[in-house]
Amino acid sequence: MTQKFDRIEKEAREAWEKSENSNTPHIYIGCATCGNATGAQSVVKTIKNKLDEKNIDAVVKEVGCIGMCFAEVLVDVIKPGHPRISYHGVTPETAEEIVESYLVNDDHRPDLALGYFGEGGPDDVEHIESGDVFKNQRRVILKNCGIIDPENINEYIVHGGYRGLAEIIGRKQEEIIDILKDSGLRGRGGAGFPTGRKWESCLRPQADQKYVICNADEGDPGAFMDRSVLEGDPHSVIEGMIIAGYAIGSSKGYFYVRAEYPLAIKRLRKAIEQAKEKNLLGDNILGSDFSFDLEIFQGAGAFVCGESTALVMSIEGNRGWPKPLPRPRTTEEGLWGKPTLLNNVKTFSVVPQILSNGADWFKDIGTEGSPGTAVFALTGKIKRSGLIEVPMGIELGKIIREIGGGILDDKKFKAVQTGGPSGGCLPEDKLDLAVDFDTLVKAGSMMGSGGMVVIDESTCMVDVARYFLDFTFEESCGQCVPCRQGTQQMLEVLNDICEGRGREGDIEHLLELGDSIIKGSICGLGQTAPNPVLSTVQYFRDEYEAHIKDKACPALVCKNLIIFQIDEEKCSACGRCRKACPVEAISGEKKVPHKIDQSKCTKCGICFSECPERFSAVERLTGKEKLAAVSGKEG
Amino acid sequence: MNSTIEKVILLNGGKELQEQTSKALSAFEGKRSEVIPMLQAVQNEIGYLPEEAIREIADLIGMPESKVYGTATFYSQFYFSPRGERTVKVCLGTACHVRGGMLVMEALEREMGIKSGETTEDFKFSLERVNCVGSCALAPVVMVDDDVFGRVESKEAKEVLKQSDPEV
Repeated sequence: MTQKFDRIEKEAREAWEKSENSNTPHIYIGCATCGNATGAQSVVKTIKNKLDEKNIDAVVKEVGCIGMCFAEVLVDVIKPGHPRISYHGVTPETAEEIVESYLVNDDHRPDLALGYFGEGGPDDVEHIESGDVFKNQRRVILKNCGIIDPENINEYIVHGGYRGLAEIIGRKQEEIIDILKDSGLRGRGGAGFPTGRKWESCLRPQADQKYVICNADEGDPGAFMDRSVLEGDPHSVIEGMIIAGYAIGSSKGYFYVRAEYPLAIKRLRKAIEQAKEKNLLGDNILGSDFSFDLEIFQGAGAFVCGESTALVMSIEGNRGWPKPLPRPRTTEEGLWGKPTLLNNVKTFSVVPQILSNGADWFKDIGTEGSPGTAVFALTGKIKRSGLIEVPMGIELGKIIREIGGGILDDKKFKAVQTGGPSGGCLPEDKLDLAVDFDTLVKAGSMMGSGGMVVIDESTCMVDVARYFLDFTFEESCGQCVPCRQGTQQMLEVLNDICEGRGREGDIEHLLELGDSIIKGSICGLGQTAPNPVLSTVQYFRDEYEAHIKDKACPALVCKNLIIFQIDEEKCSACGRCRKACPVEAISGEKKVPHKIDQSKCTKCGICFSECPERFSAVERLTGKEKLAAVSGKEG
Repeated sequence: MNSTIEKVILLNGGKELQEQTSKALSAFEGKRSEVIPMLQAVQNEIGYLPEEAIREIADLIGMPESKVYGTATFYSQFYFSPRGERTVKVCLGTACHVRGGMLVMEALEREMGIKSGETTEDFKFSLERVNCVGSCALAPVVMVDDDVFGRVESKEAKEVLKQSDPEV
């Protein structure tokens, strides 16, 4: 098989080298969803126009996300004989300047550059790989994201792609599974089940048909890792699925993709077509007797469909209801009752590299119990939001301080949330924990599929818990009582606490409800739904107590517990708040300090953000006594 | 003719729902597993799922209308009444939530005079919340159809609507 693949690789290399080594500059523009959202497409257009206008011959490529979302729009330029210089925050205007200065006049514009990749860059520009963002990262799953053109299969092949597949065809299925088992790879969807063992349990049953499903129903709010991999390196996932098909004896695979990811779907379609054209997918792959076909199924918006049995129900055309226990494993009886292998996007995407580099290579990264890397969407109140990949075992605080650059606006760190609605919040004294599957669970949170939301002092932890419960309550499929009713009860208690109706005993009530929901629910959604509440009670109990006893929201977030007031001494009567107030609750005139009519105020906070910092006259008050004082003064 | 129906027909460019439904479903074989793709195809064509379409899908597959309806209502992607010409989606994923997405939602509700999940009387805009559009670095995010507005402050709600429709 490898001979046939050698030819494919040679052709790919020739095509690639022809474009790469041509004596023309290359321009790479980050055009994943985040880049496009910041205006990447208009930058692409401007650059192409400018090149035309100046009659410059250059290759313009739209690439995936390199993960530095904070720096979008990113434009990388390689001039022949020079390293790759990365420009950040590019607008159509600065894009024109870059073309004009660097390509026409040879001025690399250090003022617009973020840094350079590779060796031998100019002194006045930072070396990105040795900077804080990259030096702590280890890019395995994301190695091609933002580097190659995801719509060109040749680039994937030149970067080592499909070599893993070519090498395993013809080998014994058990051998492939043994390599995976030996590598210690654990599923990247969140629970961390050993991948090799899952594949093995799907190989064992005899069946006329088996299925491979890629779970790309990334529904966790605050996470976009899988989307970035599909948009930036779709072939890696496809290759992993084909290998899985071979290893378990399946000829049919499905991508179950969130419908909210149109660009990922478009790129997958294109990648599937290209793989078929090269005989890497479809009938008699690489001339062997192994055939494998892939189909895309678009999810329709149901978080519970991330659960394996619910996902299967959904493809079959039903409500996405998880099957209650006792039930056979999906690997034995899954889609249409046939053995079905279901893995996350990132799990499939790392498989080809493990097979071509060997199990030991993989084990060398990360920790003994959790080998390999972890991909996180680092977001929230952090300076450098983005998509990162770190070796397992890295210190949690290192991710936040060094890669993320610390807290936005230099506020105080309060917590970091991982695992989404199934996970928990960890406080400052847990920042020295090692990030891996088992340590995070022990601390009351979990790896999850990769959302990592940083929370600062201005975020209310009770409100965060309520936010997640509201989410799981909405997304509960309604099939089993503990989850359907339990999450509703917990949500009502949390609403009471946040809205000033909290009572003594509410915290204990929440803990008791949580315990019952975990024990009684039939699927992972219910069994983990109380986690955000349990972990915030564990680490931030004082905030709950302040809400209940003092009717105070220490973070000044919960509307019913705060009041906006203008400090007469500080108010310079500039009128900005009065004009901005959407409900005309502020009165006052020139030279007369302004006043908020509490009966009209909807606490939208616009006056607070409108008041110029040099006055800071609008203040927020909380707590029984203060609120009583304000209403007393008025009444 | 009541004004809602009149507008629906206007929105559909005067074409019959039946005709559009048939067009959307022409590529399907009528297999059970095609229920969700069929619903998606009809909604892409018409913008929502009218009763007629649910009936037609049920007929094609040979299953009760109630079952098709039951499947459709399970998923948040599907709508059962006509939508506005443009949909304003306020992201309330975790990152947007902690950066004040809810205040933006409230400001938009105030500006548009409707609640999340509703459509303006003139059928220009629908307003809804979404759970993460995956542009967390730009939080809080508002999307108007495919146009993304990042780092939106509640006081900019009017501006977002204005940029989407100069008549607002």
